[in-house]
This record gives sequence, structure tokens and C-alpha cells, in this order.
Amino acid sequence: MSNSRLFARLLLQQNGVRNCYTASRKHLYIDKDTKVICQGFTGKQGTFHSQQAIDYGSRLVGGVSPGKGGRTHLGVPVFNSVKEAREGTGAEATVIYVPPPFAGAAIMEAIDAGMPLVVCITEGIPQQDMVKVKHKLLRQSTTRLIGPNCPGVINPGECKIGIMPGHIHKKGRIGIGGDPFNGTDFIDCLEVFLQDPKTEGIILIGEIGGNAEENAADYLKQHNSGTNAKPVVSFIAGLTAPPGRRMGHAGAIIAGGKGGAKEKIAALQQAGVVVSMSPAQLGSTMFKEFEKRKML
Amino acid sequence: MVLHSDLFRVNMAASIVSQTVARGLRGASAKHLFLDKFKCAQVSSRRWLNLQEYQSKKLMQESGVTVQRFYVADNAPDALQAAKRLGAKEIVLKAQILAGGRGKGVFDSGLKGGVHLTKDPSVVGELANRMLGYSLTTKQTPKEGVKVKMVMVAEALDITRETYFAILMDRACNGPVMVGSPQGGMDIEEVADKTPELIFKEVIDIFEGVRDDQALRMAANLGFKGPLERQAADQIKRLYDLFLKVDATQVEVNPLGETPEGQVVCFDAKINFDDNAEFRQKAVFALDDMSESDPTETEAAKWDLKYIGLDGNIACFVNGAGLAMATCDIIDLHGGKPANFLDLGGGVKEKQVYEAFKLLTADPKVEAILVNIFGGIVNCAIIANGITKACRELELKVPLVVRLEGTNVQEAKRILSESGLPIVAANDLEDAAKKAVAAIAKK
Repeated sequence: MSNSRLFARLLLQQNGVRNCYTASRKHLYIDKDTKVICQGFTGKQGTFHSQQAIDYGSRLVGGVSPGKGGRTHLGVPVFNSVKEAREGTGAEATVIYVPPPFAGAAIMEAIDAGMPLVVCITEGIPQQDMVKVKHKLLRQSTTRLIGPNCPGVINPGECKIGIMPGHIHKKGRIGIGGDPFNGTDFIDCLEVFLQDPKTEGIILIGEIGGNAEENAADYLKQHNSGTNAKPVVSFIAGLTAPPGRRMGHAGAIIAGGKGGAKEKIAALQQAGVVVSMSPAQLGSTMFKEFEKRKML
Repeated sequence: MVLHSDLFRVNMAASIVSQTVARGLRGASAKHLFLDKFKCAQVSSRRWLNLQEYQSKKLMQESGVTVQRFYVADNAPDALQAAKRLGAKEIVLKAQILAGGRGKGVFDSGLKGGVHLTKDPSVVGELANRMLGYSLTTKQTPKEGVKVKMVMVAEALDITRETYFAILMDRACNGPVMVGSPQGGMDIEEVADKTPELIFKEVIDIFEGVRDDQALRMAANLGFKGPLERQAADQIKRLYDLFLKVDATQVEVNPLGETPEGQVVCFDAKINFDDNAEFRQKAVFALDDMSESDPTETEAAKWDLKYIGLDGNIACFVNGAGLAMATCDIIDLHGGKPANFLDLGGGVKEKQVYEAFKLLTADPKVEAILVNIFGGIVNCAIIANGITKACRELELKVPLVVRLEGTNVQEAKRILSESGLPIVAANDLEDAAKKAVAAIAKK
């Protein structure tokens, strides 16, 4: 079979499959009514962050801890499985604090239970496990996954699903994580934010490795240009990272001249994104953009 | 003097032989850059799990992959015995070090070349005597070379054709992908550049595995004909089995060769492992030989700290890889030079904080330390306790700038201020970076 036919077929396969999953992007919206459960509920991390979520005002309605169903923890019921928890509480979102050896299976369970939003905080899930999760994820449209290895998603004042400290947030935020195989990428988030009338500006934080930022730049060129374009400010971490070394995140590596910060910055700038060289200047840079466009 | 490559004897023009030898026998980083045209990120182990050639080949053998028959020996008499036991027409003796460029290396015993071909077992014994226990210096080793503790005694095989074959986890395809070319043994980057139609790709379904038709098609595309096509397809499937079995992120075989006797043989392989899978790959990770790694990075790995040494003089102490990179970036932006990348991780314990701090303060080139903690999962108080303990026990001789934010920050700030230690508090990341750079300038 000729190479070009093979690649064309692959492309179609990929696009076709993606359309199925992209339908689940709408579940990235959370608000004060979103009912959340916690998988890994009675563990150390699960307990600590569930308490934080409750304190913040998120609607935590229950949790999952196999074998501990029937008990109460932090004032809400514990279930043996995600299916039971969803049936018992009507939860629409789950946050996973399960250790790496079991986290992949936990995500699968949530998908099987038809959970609309799954946020997986766990860092260190084997890539093979995530490849299997992604296989399942891409062939359905009910469940949206954020992560793994991510801080979560927050709608300040309304709902916080994840580990980010609540008090510092004033705008909506999704942390998608640094793993190479994950559930939600920049484009998924951009689509939501570009279409959301309440979102006035977008801050995109990227890092070395992969080409998610370049893909995001392409997407912005197509969907965020002209008079109605929303200001996008960005910071790309890793300008000082040496090539060939993996900087912590499973995905953060520059190799073979690809995945470097300079290329990402250039691609984003060509798409009209204002790139800040300092991570500490994102707020002020966005402020200046608002001023320039007389949005204040 | 012509240098013989250990991997193969090529019945081709001498110029191509020297080209392939110059390419490097194993481990040369350049040849692995090729794969990045196909995948977006080459993932390498956090601990840089590096296996010796014989260890990789043993893993391959265990999966039924055909490699040259071999033994290993850590002393000359055993090497001689092994050579005799092989009963091979010709023997190749290879020093086992992680660094590449062995063929052109030099031992401090005076022996030239870390790889030798001979038909005489007794020569193997003599040469092994001049390798084992001596330091081999190559273009890829530090100046003083690497001590050779093990040699591989293998059957030398002629190779009539070289192909390139690799399996890797590819982000763009959301899973495993096979990549191959009938033009192995040459600079594969050049092949991709000049004749991309000679690069073949097959996407593998993680639940289906490699289908028969895929394996046969790849084998045919690699140029294997007749009975060799089925043999190559079989080797391809076994390599994929290995790829899954050891949680590899990449298995690269170059060359996957054809012998005059009609055998398909993997003459060399580089395997990269997913270190997230360490908990279920204990046997593989136990093979890790850290003797050639940077000692600080090795020590850090012992405490599960993600540490990478850089050239500068401002040490970084951060939670979160993205933030750690950003911290290095902002130091650079303000005219400083980061001495390291260090990601403490989310579930970091006080002991790890203490050990990390010890590592940083022990580094002679460090002239200031910048602590940047943005605590989500991380409890700032744990960081504060770890730091104060470390500072008290080791004498803190360099300026320490601390920026804390997040979970339990008030308690952490209290611990630090009550410690009596000369800590410079910073309001935000920019302030911290500026203060760290200024602290050095002051001296």
C-alpha cells in the first residue's frame, strides 16, 4: 500500500475519531450546581482535598472507596463503585485521587459509568495504561477527561475540582497537565473559552515537549482572528531547559530539534498571541492588552 | 588501519563500512533524533534507566527476539571459556559501558578499541585481560573514561542487508506506532530527509496488537523477501511483545539485519523505559547501572527527587515541573544562571525536602538558593520544616531567598520567621528571582 494512502487513511481515522470525543467538550463547564464525587475518597490525598473542596463551596455529594461502601466520610456517603455513586447521588463529575497503579482503571470505571466529567489528578500513571484509557475515551462522547497529572479545573466562587489553592483565583481556569497522553488539550479548552461569552481573555501556559502549543496556534489562526478575536496571552516554560533531558513532566523534553520553547513561542506569536517572557508578567500583560483594545 | 565494526561485517564498499562505524556502535544520541519526526516527544526515563548492551539483548532473547549468541564475562579466563563455548567461526569481543563510541575508544592499559573481532578464542582471552578493570575513554565518556567491569563475547555474524525498525508510543497517534525503513545502517535522518518514501509507518491498536497483515506488510516494506518475510514479521511481533512487556516507550533496532545464511537478526537495540511503570517493572529497573551517571543526579533519584544539573550558580528548589522550568527561565531573564532544575513533586515529605536541600547546599558552584513553592498538593509547612532542619544542621553559607504561596502558607511563613535563619522573603516569583540575582551580585 502506498505511503500517502496510508497516511491519508490515518488522518481520516484520527479526525473521525476525534469528532466523537470532541462532543464532550461541553462538560468542561462547571458551576455551583455541579455535583462532584471523589474516587480514592478515603485516602490521604482524597480526604485532604475533598475537605478543601467542601470548604471552598464545591458540591461534593459523595465518594468512592471500594470495600468501604455504606459508610459516611466528611459528612457524605461512601460507595463501592462509581456506578453506585452516580446512581445514588446523580453526580456529574468525579475527581480521582487514586495512586498510579490503579488510577488508569479508576478512569476506565468512570467512563463505563457514563460520568460526564472526569478530572484525574494523579501523576505517574504508566503510559501504556493511559494509551488504553485514551483508546476508550476517543470512541465515545459522553465522558470528558481532564488530566492525568493535572491540578484540575476551577470556576472561581462556584466550583473547584482539584488541588489548586482556591483563594488566588479570580478567573476560570483549567489545568490540563503535563503527560503525553491526556484527555484534554489546549484546543479543547480554547474552543470552550472562545465560545464562552463571559470569557474576555485567555492565558495559555505551555511547556517544552510535543507540539500541543503549535497545534493551538494553528487553531487560533483559524478561529480567533479578526475584529472579534479575544486577547490571548501566553508563557512557555523551558526556554532555559537543556535539550535531550526530560524536565520532570513525562512530556517535557526537547529532542531532535523539536518541542523547543523558541519554536512554540514563534508559532503562537504568528497566531497573534502575546507571549510573555516572564511567568510573573502574565497578569500585567493581559491588562495591557485589555487597555490596548479599550476593553477596560 | 581499518576499524572493524563489531555489529556486522558488511559486504559493501569500505567507505560505507567506515561510515557506519563512524555512526557509532551504540548509544550515540544523534541516531535517535530521527524518531522525533514521527513522535512529538521522545520520552526518556526520569532516572535515565540505562541498560548495558548485554542486558538489553538478554531482555530481547527472553522475548524470543533473535540476537547474536553471546556470553558475558567479568574476568579474562571466563571470557576465554565463553569464546571456546561459542564455537563460532568468528568472535566479537565488546567492552560493556553505557557510553557510545566504543569502537574508537582507548583503554588506559594501552589497548586501542573497545570492540575487537577475532577467529581465535585465545586472542579473546588476551584482549579481555587488557579491557577488564581498565578505563575505556571514548568521545562520549568523561575524560578519565569509564571502568570496564564486563565484556560481551558474541558470535560475529556477516550482514548482507541492514534495515531500520522501531516501535514507540506516539502522542499524535495516541498509542504505539511502528516505524521502519529498508535503508538501515545509514544515517536514518538523511533517509527521512532525502527519501521519505522509504520510511514506513503502521499504527498499532493497543487492544488488538500487531495484526498479521501489518507485520507482513512492514516486513515486505523493509525489503525482506520469500521465507525471510515471514521471519521478519515474526521478529516484529516479538519486538512488540517486548515493548509491551517491559513498559517501553521506545524500542529502536538499528540495524535489523539479514545474514547470508538467511537469518533475520537484531544486531543492536536501544530501549527506553517508562519510569512511571517502575512499580511493576522492578526486575528491569533493578538492572539499572548508575555508575556512569552524574553523582548528584543519582543521589537525588535515591530520594525520588527529579533533579537535573545545569551550569549556573543559583540553585532552584521548586514544586511542580512546569513551575521549576519557569523558575529557571525567570532567573535567566533577570540575568542569573540556574544551577539546576529540581521538581519536588506533590506528595513530597519532609525527609525529601531535607535531603534535597542537603544536595543543593553541597554543590560547590551554588552561590544562592531560590525556593519557589506554589503549594497545591504540597503543604508549605512541610517545606518550611524541611528547610529549617537542613539549614540548622548544615551551615547555610549562601543567601537563601524564599517565595511561598498556597496551602498552609501562613503556618510556613511563621516557621521560617521564627527559625532565626537569615532568609530573604520574596513577595512573588519575579521579586524572588530579582533578589536571588542581586544576592550574588552583592558578594
